[in-house]
Amino acid sequence: MYPRSMADSDCVMVMGSNMAECHPVAFRWPMEAKTKNGAKLIHVDPRFTRTSAMADIYAPIRAGSDIAFLGGIINYVIDDQRWSTDPFFKTWLVHYSNAATIISGEYKDTEDNDGVFSGLMEYKGGVEDWPYNGFVGEYDSRSWQYARTRMGDQGRVAATAQSGEVTTTRSGTQADTAKAPDGPPYDALVKSLLKPPPERDESLQNPRCVFQIVKRHFARYTPEMVERVTGCPKDTMLKVARTLLENSGPERTCSFAYAVAWTQHTNGPQIIGCAALLQILLGNFGRPGAGIMALRGHASIQGSTDVPTLYHSIHGYMPAPSGLKKHDTLREYLAIETLPTGYWANTPKFVISYLKSMYGPAATKDNQFGWDWHPKILGDHSHLPMFVAMADGKVKGMLLVGQNPATSLNAKLERAGMRKLEWLVVKDNWLHESATFWKNAPEVKHGDIKVQDIKTEIFFFPSSQVAETEGTFTNTQRMLQTHFKAAEAPGDCRTDVWFTYQLGRRLKKLYAESQEPRDEGFKNLVFDYEHDDARERERGEPDAMKLLKEINGYYSDDPGRHVATFGDLKDDGSTTCASWIYCGVFPAPGQNRAASRQPDPPDQRGAQLNWGYAWPGNRRIIYNRASADLQGRPWSERKKWVWWDEAQQKWVGYDVPDFTPTKPPSAKPKPGATGMDALGGGQPFILKPDGVAWLFVPTGLVDGPLPAHYEPAESPIQNPFYKQQASPVLKYWKRDDNALAAIGDTRFPYVITTYRLTEHYLAGAMSRWNPWLTELQPELFIELSPELAEEKGIRNLDWVRISTPRSQIRAKALVTRRLRPFTIDGKTIHHVGMPWHWGWEGVVTGDVVNELTSLVGDPNVTIHEGKAFVCNVEKVAGARNGVV
Amino acid sequence: MAEPLGFFTDTTVCIGCKACEVACKEWNQLPSSHGGAPTLSGDSYDNTRQLDGLHWRHVKFVEQFSPDRADGRWLLMSDVCKHCVRAGCMEVCPTGAIMRTEFDTVVIQSDVCNGCRDCIAACPFGVIGINPVSNTAQKCTLCYDRLRAGMEPACSKACPTDSINFGTIADLKKMAAARVGQLHERGEQRAYLYGADEKMLGGLNSFFLLVDKPEVYGLPPDPKMPSRNLTPSSLWSTLGAVVIGLMGIFSFRNRGATARRLEEDDVERRRTA
Repeated sequence: MYPRSMADSDCVMVMGSNMAECHPVAFRWPMEAKTKNGAKLIHVDPRFTRTSAMADIYAPIRAGSDIAFLGGIINYVIDDQRWSTDPFFKTWLVHYSNAATIISGEYKDTEDNDGVFSGLMEYKGGVEDWPYNGFVGEYDSRSWQYARTRMGDQGRVAATAQSGEVTTTRSGTQADTAKAPDGPPYDALVKSLLKPPPERDESLQNPRCVFQIVKRHFARYTPEMVERVTGCPKDTMLKVARTLLENSGPERTCSFAYAVAWTQHTNGPQIIGCAALLQILLGNFGRPGAGIMALRGHASIQGSTDVPTLYHSIHGYMPAPSGLKKHDTLREYLAIETLPTGYWANTPKFVISYLKSMYGPAATKDNQFGWDWHPKILGDHSHLPMFVAMADGKVKGMLLVGQNPATSLNAKLERAGMRKLEWLVVKDNWLHESATFWKNAPEVKHGDIKVQDIKTEIFFFPSSQVAETEGTFTNTQRMLQTHFKAAEAPGDCRTDVWFTYQLGRRLKKLYAESQEPRDEGFKNLVFDYEHDDARERERGEPDAMKLLKEINGYYSDDPGRHVATFGDLKDDGSTTCASWIYCGVFPAPGQNRAASRQPDPPDQRGAQLNWGYAWPGNRRIIYNRASADLQGRPWSERKKWVWWDEAQQKWVGYDVPDFTPTKPPSAKPKPGATGMDALGGGQPFILKPDGVAWLFVPTGLVDGPLPAHYEPAESPIQNPFYKQQASPVLKYWKRDDNALAAIGDTRFPYVITTYRLTEHYLAGAMSRWNPWLTELQPELFIELSPELAEEKGIRNLDWVRISTPRSQIRAKALVTRRLRPFTIDGKTIHHVGMPWHWGWEGVVTGDVVNELTSLVGDPNVTIHEGKAFVCNVEKVAGARNGVV
Repeated sequence: MAEPLGFFTDTTVCIGCKACEVACKEWNQLPSSHGGAPTLSGDSYDNTRQLDGLHWRHVKFVEQFSPDRADGRWLLMSDVCKHCVRAGCMEVCPTGAIMRTEFDTVVIQSDVCNGCRDCIAACPFGVIGINPVSNTAQKCTLCYDRLRAGMEPACSKACPTDSINFGTIADLKKMAAARVGQLHERGEQRAYLYGADEKMLGGLNSFFLLVDKPEVYGLPPDPKMPSRNLTPSSLWSTLGAVVIGLMGIFSFRNRGATARRLEEDDVERRRTA
């Protein structure tokens, strides 16, 4: 969903996010829902924050106990009388979700398998050259599949499944590649991948149907257990559950908002999946004011995954060619990664248009469109493993653009990695910590490391700011908006795209004469975006509009003709398109839809379709066919969005229908058909191979088909739910400088969470140099309750030492009742929190909070666990505000 | 004169983001205090502490929690000059630097101000301070320059949740009354308007919706004009003069007795030593 749609919600649940503080501008929409519609606002968080201050219900929970809390709500909903009898919920369950689908008889749930899912085994993935994948175990997901048939899933699935790091839990259908016919055209290949449709029981009584499995799985998530694990009073949890259910149904919708406080855990995607499961049960997808709002951290972070800077994915969420999978030929790649049913059946068209954009005329049918030239990945090349590899001396050089790892996770370890580099390029607005770690880092200041021993050669490139750059942003709504250059950058400051473009041009020149086969890719790479404006050309800036055209796509033999929609893409090389999902943003020369700025008339219901351009195909709410019932009628007048118009024989509405435009609601799936023809008129979730929302996730997540509460990698208690303490397949890089506290370690008795403040931005490069911002939050602090402060003899503003098995830092105490001690599993557990914006450079300085964190990651996407770990807190003797 | 303009600040939707503080500083080019590096105040999330010559908008943070957290609120409020219809600062300004504009707002003209600080003492809200750069008294101008150009003030423009509303006083009063009614209807009986009617200094052209007593937000419950104090303060001055005179006489009379007692103490101390 998108922020503006939250204004249509009847209840907004913010959890895993401090939306008012970290997304204050988007927060205007929940506030509008509250003031205009009287919507209820719920905030679930360990701390009482500026978001809680606006909430109708504030539910305090211990950091890391989110699934226990959400599981309690799921259990409540499934037991509820109204939910069980209302036809609205019944339709959603039976027809719009996979509740009726039968799961393989080999599947064993956590309830029957000692707290883990069936298929757990020793990690066997990866290659010798890259021993940094970090898995402590892996699941074989075969037993989680639908009975009779494997449902592949593609697109936004686990990075580690796409990359092939895990040996058995992979995206795609895992076809027998030997039997797949070659192309183009690839229709026969797609057809060869078809499998029999899954078994179903629409009465939902079969004990192996998804609904029964889900029901059993959450039966132990009782209000009492929720209170015991989360520390939230059960009455508060029940009030939240009641409020959500009361505000769901044909007439009402609920939305969820989350941010990195859900992702930064060793089971982040499972927390989000748990909320999705609940929202499916409540019928809250594809409808106005419904869904799950993923609040992104940067202005264009959505864009950076669409046209990715991700290791496991090429443009448009297609798996990166991998050395860990049978990707030797284009045919094999297509056979493994294409799903025969649903929209992803078009994968060959998207991939070949992408290869044409990489290699242009050199990419032909005869050379597999340049398949052999494309780089392949070898394992997990994301942030955490890269720095571990760096610390092992495995990485020679690094280009650092818009990141500040010297203050990042287990910061001392990351800096140790950077010291091993031969060269480092830092491109940023300021000489931040990663540019000066060699002379100003704590270990250098303290004399543990000598400057002359650091051999890294460091280059600094001053950057243009965003207002000095032309381009587009893609926001969390998947909406592209063009921004224009407002001012010239001073001196030698250049844009990031200038840097990439110039680097590419120079590399191409260097490889131009090479006869090595491995350099063919560089030689054939199409990389010409020369600016039409003479002044910009002189500065070496590429033309942003030419890049947008490349991303949108054009006809290979008539480059002046743009591709108007991804429906026109072909698998024979006749179309060129870098990122199929963006196709349509620039449908003709001079028609940049990202630049359109036409709002809907005030007080008129609409989707603001002429403001910017949202992929795919300018749809604002994804899966919006679900806003209508099985017969295609709006669920209610109040929640009308897209519906079937009998007279016109097509789907109409406020939004672009996210469905085959003329397929009537009564249409049945065509037997033996591929693609969209395999889905009926009542299956709204068109990117899923079975057209329905997944309560139970057979493929795509590597740590289980259902969410289960596991403790964080560092926790003060034994897991009260299962024998299994933490995720059995989490990622952990075991090293002396990355030690973890044992369960209930008395040396580190407090739960700590880290976060952002409104007044600063991330690692501080964009805020700590601005006095208007720094005066608002000048110093690092630790928030703690008066109860803990009293126990430790700490007064407000005292200097405090915070320690973890990795390191220790100092901060000033901010004693506040906004934090509270929790009673967890019968014990009093104190909870503290720290914002992490500081470092040793800038107008204001302070210790690096990430000295405290560890390199432990979620197994799906390798995100660290900065939101829940343990620490100790001691008063620094004799130190008061300003004096040490 | 144009229609009176002002602010209605609805504190119940303020999220304490301080965008108003920053937008104000950026537009009015106000420097930061302590070069941007003051020490941590320890008072919730408030590190700018007050309205003064450098801070023309200021967000207050009031934490109200019972020890068991059964009750808890975090009151957030963006404070600003009240642009009083009867303005104390104007009344005392000896140079005529403070003027009432065509928008019925109150503006200090920096080039006429001699920095005497009388207005600082006269403002019942503690809004005015000396800007160390200009050494003159300064405060919110309600973005007089922007108003002249037909634009809304920087702070209300930046406010993401419409806590700060800008408009004609007549419109703002209607909006505010409706909001109070809505809050009462939804069970927030504590909501009321501060300074919206003429009883308070003829009306504040920047008024507020509050949910607790004014004192809780650091606002005077019954602000007065400085001239109200003229008669009583002159009486107190006369009385004070008389008292000081009498004390002088008594102290001379007492002096001998005191000296004697000190000597006795001294003798006593030496004896015990």
